[in-house]
Amino acid sequence: MENDRRPDPEALLARIRADERLSSRGRLKIFFGAAAGVGKTFAMLQAAHERLAESVDVVVGHVDTHGRPETEALLTGLPELPPRKAVYRGSTLSEFDLDAALARKPALMLVDELAHTNAPDSRHARRHQDVEELLQAGIDVYTTLNVQHIESLNDLVAQITGVTVRETVPDSVLETADDVALVDLPPDELLARLREGKVYIPEQAERAMANFFRKGNLIALREMALRCTADRVDAQMQVYRKAEGSERTWPITEKILVCVSPSPSAIRVVRAGRRLARRLRAEWTVLFVEQPRHVGLPEADRDYAPQALRLAEQLGAEAITISGHDAIEEILSFARGRNFSKIVVGKPARYWWLRELFTGSFVEKLARQSGDIDVFMVHGDAKEDAAARPAVPPQGRAFDWTGYAWAAGTVAACSLIAGVMARHFELSNLIMVYLLGVVIAATRWGRGPSLLSAILGVAAFDFFFVPPYLTFAVADYQYVVTFLVMAAVAVTISTLTARFKEQAEVARQRERRTGALYSLSRALASTRSIEEMIAAVRRRVEEVFEGESAVYLAGSGGRLELRPAEGPAFALDPKEAAVAQWVHEHSEAAGCGTSTLAGADGLYLPLVGSRGPVGVLAVRLEPGRRALGTDPMHLLETFANQAALALERALLAREAHRSRLAAEEENLRNALLAAVSHDLRTPLASISGAASSLAFSEDRLPPAARRELVLTIHEEAERMTRLANNLLDMGRLQARGVVLRREWQPLEEVFGAALHQLDLHLKDREVVLRLPADLPLVPIDDVLIERVLVNLLENASRYTPAGSPIELAASAGAGEVVVEVLDRGPGLQAGEESRIFEKFFRGETTHSRRGIGLGLAVARSIVEVHGGRIWAENREGGGAAFRFTLPLKGEPPDSSGEPPEPEGRS
Amino acid sequence: MSDAAPTVLLIEDDPQIRRFLRATLPAHGYRLVEAETGEGGLVQAATRTPEVVLLDLGLPDVDGLEVTRRIREWSAVPIVVLSARGLERDKVAALDAGADDYLTKPFGVEELLARLRVALRHASRVDGGQSGPVFATDALEVDLSARRVRMAGQEVHLTPTEFKLLAVLVKHAGKVVTQRQLLIEVWGPGAAGNAHYLRVQMHGLRHKLEETPARPRYLITEPGVGYRLREEG
Repeated sequence: MENDRRPDPEALLARIRADERLSSRGRLKIFFGAAAGVGKTFAMLQAAHERLAESVDVVVGHVDTHGRPETEALLTGLPELPPRKAVYRGSTLSEFDLDAALARKPALMLVDELAHTNAPDSRHARRHQDVEELLQAGIDVYTTLNVQHIESLNDLVAQITGVTVRETVPDSVLETADDVALVDLPPDELLARLREGKVYIPEQAERAMANFFRKGNLIALREMALRCTADRVDAQMQVYRKAEGSERTWPITEKILVCVSPSPSAIRVVRAGRRLARRLRAEWTVLFVEQPRHVGLPEADRDYAPQALRLAEQLGAEAITISGHDAIEEILSFARGRNFSKIVVGKPARYWWLRELFTGSFVEKLARQSGDIDVFMVHGDAKEDAAARPAVPPQGRAFDWTGYAWAAGTVAACSLIAGVMARHFELSNLIMVYLLGVVIAATRWGRGPSLLSAILGVAAFDFFFVPPYLTFAVADYQYVVTFLVMAAVAVTISTLTARFKEQAEVARQRERRTGALYSLSRALASTRSIEEMIAAVRRRVEEVFEGESAVYLAGSGGRLELRPAEGPAFALDPKEAAVAQWVHEHSEAAGCGTSTLAGADGLYLPLVGSRGPVGVLAVRLEPGRRALGTDPMHLLETFANQAALALERALLAREAHRSRLAAEEENLRNALLAAVSHDLRTPLASISGAASSLAFSEDRLPPAARRELVLTIHEEAERMTRLANNLLDMGRLQARGVVLRREWQPLEEVFGAALHQLDLHLKDREVVLRLPADLPLVPIDDVLIERVLVNLLENASRYTPAGSPIELAASAGAGEVVVEVLDRGPGLQAGEESRIFEKFFRGETTHSRRGIGLGLAVARSIVEVHGGRIWAENREGGGAAFRFTLPLKGEPPDSSGEPPEPEGRS
Repeated sequence: MSDAAPTVLLIEDDPQIRRFLRATLPAHGYRLVEAETGEGGLVQAATRTPEVVLLDLGLPDVDGLEVTRRIREWSAVPIVVLSARGLERDKVAALDAGADDYLTKPFGVEELLARLRVALRHASRVDGGQSGPVFATDALEVDLSARRVRMAGQEVHLTPTEFKLLAVLVKHAGKVVTQRQLLIEVWGPGAAGNAHYLRVQMHGLRHKLEETPARPRYLITEPGVGYRLREEG
């Protein structure tokens, strides 16, 4: 029982995340109504007064009273933010001042009319974007909204009221609002208020009542508002129940697939799909099957599908694009593969009777083949099609006359050739010449010109070669058949050729896009450093999009840094950098050609990796080009995604490298500490043990034992001295605190000094010296090289059996002197040769011996400081050889002659 | 012997080293006077007239080098400086400022006693005027007045410069002599920077006097400091 009621951890986590987000984010309360005049602003202001009375810092950001005296009265006593004056087409608009609001940062801000469209010079195109930014800044917001402005209800409203509302707000705004207060007024009362002039001034009210404010409309809108609020409450209840685990939740059983095509009705289909999905509490996905024929469409038409997909994403659907030849096949295989139970498609606006006669309509075929999947059809309305067209009218393609002129010219040329041929050949051969002309026109100039050449060809053939000549009259009716066949063949050829050409064009475009992407990903894959990656991205972007580009990377503290530091001039502009910063913080594209900060010079795309924002890609198009088309924009987005993933990978790799280095350093430090503490404590233990027994029980110890203890103390102290010396040397060498005091010296002296130091150590050893008499002077720091020799000799004596001989030799090579310390000990184990010079390495064979492996590391450091090499290897006949070189660099002092005779005599 | 026990002034801030010498030196026939600071040491040097001064170079109040200079202003008492390894420049500076010898910490008693003996012998020679004209060990024999050098009974021919160099070392036998000191005494003050003169001559001298020049018995190199003529082969 207990187990069954336990809340779903995933859902709890989601709620905690939502709570966390809320704690730093401002709270949004929407005063929601069915129509203007129900009293939303009034209710909002009343609520604001209550909060003010609770001494909350309330500021009115923007409230439009529409001249209603009751509302205006409520404004008094509330602090107001002065509006921003925006000049647009000669008239001054009073706009909400977002920057001033963010600077003022009150606890609660009132912003009326969430669906408002901002003046063109504002940061955001829409007010709900302003509100979003206020919320992100941690400011609570009260706002008002009418039901007809909700995106997914937009077309429903248009259907009922006959008025298309252009200013819509994404559903997510309403859904994610923390509170929604429904402000309700029965339609009769609203109409009464309207008549009394409480909503609009009288002449406006007249017009409003005739159009929008008809009673039927108002009832429908009220129902929509009520239902919308009820849905929301229901959703909240679900969340609550999930969190409490009090009851079994609704399982999601339905999955809806909404299919769109590049047609104006696509947006409608998406909205309808959304409504259906909500009613059924279903998951929904919007699918677009990109077909080769779509590429031939004008750019404005091609825009419909991506627009619909973007809308779908805004409405919370998963948007997917796949390519394929047969849309029905692709849709059904996708739906079956992912278990969709319902498919929503648009009803075709026009029927091609001829096509359907042979193949059946798209919808029919889909219904026939769909099997157990339900198919819903949504109608597309031609009137709405116009309204749903993109806000920016696509640039009309200028009619290109040259193709037609060339086509006409081709027919003329064919006539000339046919004229020459006419004397020797049959008429049927002349027809071939014209057909050839049609093929040429189709391949060169496309469908229209080739059709023209077909018609002109038939006409010219009739005019010049069919009796009676030089008239269009035909003597023999047989020729009519000839003309018809000729025309049919010409049209077929031109259609086929033109389609072939279109398909080739599609392939070419896709090829170019894939090629660009491929080359970018290859360039990114082959580079390691972040700087190279950025250079590669910039190069490709500038090649493909023809403009300047820059990459900003996230630096410390969330600030963006331009990389490389000297970017193009536009990116260095602080205003542009601020746009980039905004894009980075909000992970949304902005800049020219988008709806946010459209006044900027550049277009800014966020680089979002799998773990969050990485930086910003900035592009400035060539002067005069303000916006990218849909296809290039998609390509640029894909570029940005690729770049983001690659950069993230590189940044993570760098991070990992750094932490690995840190860990290695840490390991080394730990190894040092462990080794040093071991090697210091061991002799200390013997010293203090021996000393304490001498101190406290001297009388009882026989003299021999006393001597033994004293010798122990002495030897152990020497051992510690050696360790301390090596540690100090290592420390100094590593801190680069060593200044070489190089002087040209005979090695003999250094050898002598080192052997002298080890006199006691080596007293029972045979030390063989091999020093050629003609050995040159060597530029060395004698104190340090003595350390090398002492360490190598000590090492040799420590790791070889007592009494075995040690050899010390030097010989001159090319530009260097080689010094060798050779022993007849057990030699080195395979693999030890280089590791032996690492810090804290101790030979395996001698684990019982004492001393941390610092001596050889010190030796290596010193030799390397001198510019030499040191290495170890096994000798022939057994034993190890340690060798190092000392380069003979620079000019030796003039030692050719005798030094000057001393001055006086003693 | 106890009456004639030479007084050793120890200027050293580390109590353990003072303690160790306090226990050791009297047992070997020396009287120990201690000072913890440089200033204290200077006072003791003036009032107790020690025969030898053992001076730590790393004193808390006055630099050991400065103490050396100030003692040398009025006294020729032998000074043996104590310092850690790796501070060869400090040692050379103290020696050039007038110190007689040095000991590297940590040091053994044998070494310390040997240094003290050499220092006392040189002091008595200075007191008694001219140093002995003949220097002799088991094999090496140098007669400074006759300008004659014998090795195991065989006469060795030296160049004038070599002889002069050997003479300086003999004069300071047992003590370390810095490169600078040797260069100035042999070649004159102008040659102080030409260390390679010294190396070439020392090379020649070793090859004439030492059986194994790379493992010398007499002419010992103290890297970074100078040379020492060892008396006890």
